[in-house]
Amino acid sequence: MTAHVVQRSTAETTLMRQFETEKLSSSPRRADAFGRFIAGGLPTRRVESWHYTDLRAAMRDAAPLAPAPDSGAIEDARAILTDRKRMAAWRIVLVDGRLVAELCDQFPPAVSFSREEPSPVDVDDPMVALNEAMSVEAYVLKVADGARVEGLIEITHISTAKDARSVYSRVAILLGIGASASLIESYLGAGPGVQRNSLAILTLAEGARAKHVVLVEDDAELHIESRLGQLAAGAELNDFVLISGGALTRRQLFHKLIGPEAKITLGGLTLLDGKRRSDTTLQVVHAAEAGTSREYYRAIVDDEAVGTFQGKVIVENAAQKTDGAMKSQAVLLSPRAQMNAKPELEILADDVVCGHGATVGSLDPEQLFYMMTRSLDRDEAESMLLEAFGEEAIRRIEDDVLAEALRRPFWAWLARERVARVGGEGEIHWVESAS
Amino acid sequence: MMQAAGPMLEIKKLSVSIHGAPILEDLNLTVRAGEVAAIMGPNGSGKSTLAYVIAGKPDYEIVSGEIWFDGEDLLELEPNERAQKGVFLAFQYPVEIPGVATMTFMKATLNARRRSRGQGDLTTPDFMRRVREASQMLKLDQEMLRRPLNVGFSGGEKKRLEILQMALLRPRLCVLDETDSGLDIDALKVVSDGVNALRDPERAFLVITHYQRLLEHIRPDVVHVMAKGRIVASGGPELALELERNGYRDYAEAAA
Ligand SMILES: Nc1ncnc2c1ncn2[C@@H]1O[C@H](COP(=O)(O)OP(=O)(O)OP(=O)(O)O)[C@@H](O)[C@H]1O
Ligand SMILES: [Mg+2]
Repeated sequence: MTAHVVQRSTAETTLMRQFETEKLSSSPRRADAFGRFIAGGLPTRRVESWHYTDLRAAMRDAAPLAPAPDSGAIEDARAILTDRKRMAAWRIVLVDGRLVAELCDQFPPAVSFSREEPSPVDVDDPMVALNEAMSVEAYVLKVADGARVEGLIEITHISTAKDARSVYSRVAILLGIGASASLIESYLGAGPGVQRNSLAILTLAEGARAKHVVLVEDDAELHIESRLGQLAAGAELNDFVLISGGALTRRQLFHKLIGPEAKITLGGLTLLDGKRRSDTTLQVVHAAEAGTSREYYRAIVDDEAVGTFQGKVIVENAAQKTDGAMKSQAVLLSPRAQMNAKPELEILADDVVCGHGATVGSLDPEQLFYMMTRSLDRDEAESMLLEAFGEEAIRRIEDDVLAEALRRPFWAWLARERVARVGGEGEIHWVESAS
Repeated sequence: MMQAAGPMLEIKKLSVSIHGAPILEDLNLTVRAGEVAAIMGPNGSGKSTLAYVIAGKPDYEIVSGEIWFDGEDLLELEPNERAQKGVFLAFQYPVEIPGVATMTFMKATLNARRRSRGQGDLTTPDFMRRVREASQMLKLDQEMLRRPLNVGFSGGEKKRLEILQMALLRPRLCVLDETDSGLDIDALKVVSDGVNALRDPERAFLVITHYQRLLEHIRPDVVHVMAKGRIVASGGPELALELERNGYRDYAEAAA
């Protein structure tokens, strides 16, 4: 008689060993989380929400856990920060998932950042469970009730490893009643050996408002990012991502509107070239009345890259008067580029207005011809159309400072694209603000 | 400026088809520097096709024939290279480009044309001055130029914007495809004045129109009649008057 034999992949076996040897298993909470992860193991296509990203196949092994940053790593992180234009008034710096106090700013009184395990959020996903099991540290950023933070708060995730390392980071962001803040999260420094599993819990109390921008610019082998949001009555979250780097990027968003009249606006611009892959999978649950949700994602896909957008908006029984709209639009620049788009609605209430759509296409040849008859070479015309395509997405953040922060990596990617396509300097001289 | 020895534009026995269907057949046409040539002809006779083929639209199959521009083989060149050498097509239906501000676009095109001639980019004040002058001449509200290119512009505004771009780019050969259609009586005069201001011994115009009225404002040197994909008659301005009276019946038969 043979028992049911579970065939573990190399990566899964390594993860099990890491979990034991790093003494993480002594915590019952972690042990429970690891148990939830290992029950199904790394996700494959058979898991619906992972249908387009077979992580088990993609992950040949799990990289060794990144150690706490030493002084060399901290200096490397400092150098990365020095090279960038500073955008934020207040900066929090995590190096390989750990806070480096000497690189951080002092916060204003209404804002605190502390080492603390956030309260659990009920989301059933193997990589969310793995993050809970493996994250050595967790942090909570709190904005006090009624506080309106004027400057931009930045959370910078830096990886300095030169070789294969896995990095777990875990942050919760709590906005108190009526609080408001603008946040930017940047992922920097990761080279092609880095496997990242980053998790953020966003909790907005009644009437809180957050604008949140995420930049994924570095070149991790694996960038897995989970965002778990809860919006109370009248809360508003506007979350936008720009992805211009990473061999395999998976962003998964699980947001829930738990109070009435909450409003969520999600958007993103994904820029893909080479053999890169990027998967955005989101779920928005309307659990209370009169909520509004908007999801607008755009992608530019070149070469043999593959983009994926899976969006599911669930309108529960109680969520009458929900107003939802979801759209995914992609431009393919090469015959071998691919985009998978699957927007879905699951509506259990009867009095709702919801719509969704997806378009995938190439640049319009009539537009290109028109532009070329005015002297622009094909490349310049294409760049202009692409810039317009991306700009329309970026504009939805409705914040000048954040929009500017998004344009910089977008233009940098466009310039690199031009160099790759035609050679030369890749200068985009026509760029001017449209105002 | 370069002085071509022969005609500026010479089209020889040009046959063009699309998806296997012949549209232009053995078309011959010559335009000299300084000349204003009108092309008239019934709907579907191939006027826009001819204009597009001169500008280099990729959809067409050039079955046979040649197009020479200033002694160069135009068919060898990309649309932007033709534009850089001085070919301009004012579209019958200008294309809308959402997200690209009209002003930004015009500046980029003007600089691209300048760079192709070894000139440096215009400074912003210099560019703005030229735009201001041209838009005043064409009675175009400059505020409009902040909006995305052609998006939400009225038919007449789009046509005036085509001429504005032409005035900025100062091409050698201006092909106007029904620029008069969609213009009200006043706008027709304004646009014609704009075109006439650009008349020059070094510049030529190929004016495609259905109406004699435009030709009262822009006096042509030659009128060509096109039917069924070829030029079937050529004459002086009086030919346009005759067409206005008698229609195309005689010429359609001639082409068949
Ligand atoms: N993309 C296309 N596919 C198929 N047929 C085409 C295409 N473009 C043009 N044609 C055909 O070619 C012929 C000539 O068209 P064209 O637009 O050049 O005519 P025109 O003389 O400009 O007419 P009008 O006076 O109505 O503007 C028409 O019969 C038209 O249907
Ligand atoms: Mg026509």
